[in-house]
Amino acid sequence: MAKPHASRADRIGLRAAMADRLLPFMVAAMSFLAALALAGSIAAGALASHWLSGAQGLMTVEVPTPSQPVTANGPLRQDAVLTLLQATKGLSDAHLLSGAELATLLKPWLGAAAADGTLPIALPAVIVVKADARAPDAAVLGPKLASVAPGTIVDSGARWADRLAALTTSLRASAAAVLVIVALVAASVVAVAVRAGLSQRREAIEIIHGLGALDSDIANQFALRAMRLAATGGLLGGVVALPVLAWLALLSSSFVASAPAERLDLVTALPPLLWGAPVMFTLATALIGWLAAQITVRGWLKRLA
Amino acid sequence: MIRFTHVGLTYHRAGAAGGDAVALDDIDFDIPDGGFRWLTGPSGAGKTSLLKLMYLAARPSSGRIDLLDTDTLRLDRRGTALLRRRIGVVYQDFRLLRHLSAYDNVALPLRLARRKEVQVRADVTELLRWVGLAGRLDHRPEELSGGEQQRVAIARAVIARPSLLLADEPTGNLDDDQAERLMHLIRSLNRMGTTIIVATHNMGLVARHPAPVLELVDGRLVRHG
Ligand SMILES: Nc1ncnc2c1ncn2[C@@H]1O[C@H](COP(=O)(O)OP(=O)(O)OP(=O)(O)O)[C@@H](O)[C@H]1O
Ligand SMILES: [Mg+2]
Repeated sequence: MAKPHASRADRIGLRAAMADRLLPFMVAAMSFLAALALAGSIAAGALASHWLSGAQGLMTVEVPTPSQPVTANGPLRQDAVLTLLQATKGLSDAHLLSGAELATLLKPWLGAAAADGTLPIALPAVIVVKADARAPDAAVLGPKLASVAPGTIVDSGARWADRLAALTTSLRASAAAVLVIVALVAASVVAVAVRAGLSQRREAIEIIHGLGALDSDIANQFALRAMRLAATGGLLGGVVALPVLAWLALLSSSFVASAPAERLDLVTALPPLLWGAPVMFTLATALIGWLAAQITVRGWLKRLA
Repeated sequence: MIRFTHVGLTYHRAGAAGGDAVALDDIDFDIPDGGFRWLTGPSGAGKTSLLKLMYLAARPSSGRIDLLDTDTLRLDRRGTALLRRRIGVVYQDFRLLRHLSAYDNVALPLRLARRKEVQVRADVTELLRWVGLAGRLDHRPEELSGGEQQRVAIARAVIARPSLLLADEPTGNLDDDQAERLMHLIRSLNRMGTTIIVATHNMGLVARHPAPVLELVDGRLVRHG
């Protein structure tokens, strides 16, 4: 025989049924968008946890009228609080800010008066203490300290942390929504291409159906091709996204790291999860292509007969 | 066994002038396994419609059809497809796949049945040689004459040794010689146990190969025997 006959993979002659060259590029664009969304969500998470770890590590304690004794002849309030903090599990490095340190902190708000000690109000003492996981909650610690020095306030940055966490959560939710939408758009792109292929081959499919082809015989032919085209697009989008992701990672690393050498390390700047982007997107788009084609073909066949 | 029990077929033509068309009315007959029947009648009498019901391309509007010991009304999609594989059909308009060669067209039923390629090659080559198309294996339908296309269609219908062979005007484009060759093929399949129904206008052919006749006029069965 001079010419080769239909290959094994194309036993029922539908190989050319979906010659959509545009499909991989559309899927590639979708994958690219998905990669950006994913990167955004990961970066937001990384930054948030970095900031949170910084914020959560420190507690600020304000002691009003610090120079009054706790009891007559007792220690000063600020010293009593300091002692208590030092004795508390999970707290370390309690440091009473000096007058100069306080003045520097307050200068932006109170001006020069803060520096020369001519303020008409009595300043509270400010103690900064490092807290780890075993440290008591600010809500527990506050009243305990207030019992020796009335009016003492403990600020753990928890409120700020809550807001940051809420922001991160909503960023993640938006990214997830973008991923879902992008996946649905990719599935629709596949469905449209498959549908076009089906109507183009309508006569052939009717004939093959008449010869006893199962729905799965026909659906598999289309799904196989759709899977390949979509996976090609996924790989393409994932690869193209890599440099952009690396650049984004570099940008965000400047928030996190301070040493320039660390900043320039592109390879470590990109989270490992994103290095897997091309593989991940190839697999995900393959699955989307396969499923969308199966559903489209089977629905179409049911309406046919 | 093929059994039609009070079968009617009405084509619904939504919005068309003239409305619904009754193609078959109260058709009732049996054909035993391994039987042979001619199906005759004037043009428009309902021959193709009757065959369509048998190759499961249409469902009866009324009545019941049993094919190869199966109640066709109870079949699901998969069951329908699997039953179709046991029925060979030569369509009046051939229905070859335009983008496939004669070889690949004939190979289709074997490939759907997941037969091994070596076996497909042997069977298809032999059958196409037998119908006189040994030199046309690589031709696509548009590169074949009407009679050659008809022979490809016949080869595709019989390649998988169906239990039931339905042929709609299979000799319409054949000369007398080829028509006789085809009848020889059909008879030998029949002798091996295939039930066969051949619709034809060719009364000379019917006279040369005497067998019971199902005769339709205006959608009604006027003769069986
Ligand atoms: N799809 C259809 N929709 C509506 N009417 C149809 C359809 N197919 C056939 N008919 C009508 O049903 C009747 C029977 O048609 P059928 O094709 O079964 O006749 P036939 O005996 O095969 O004719 P021929 O010898 O010309 O092939 C005809 O009146 C035809 O017009
Ligand atoms: Mg007809």
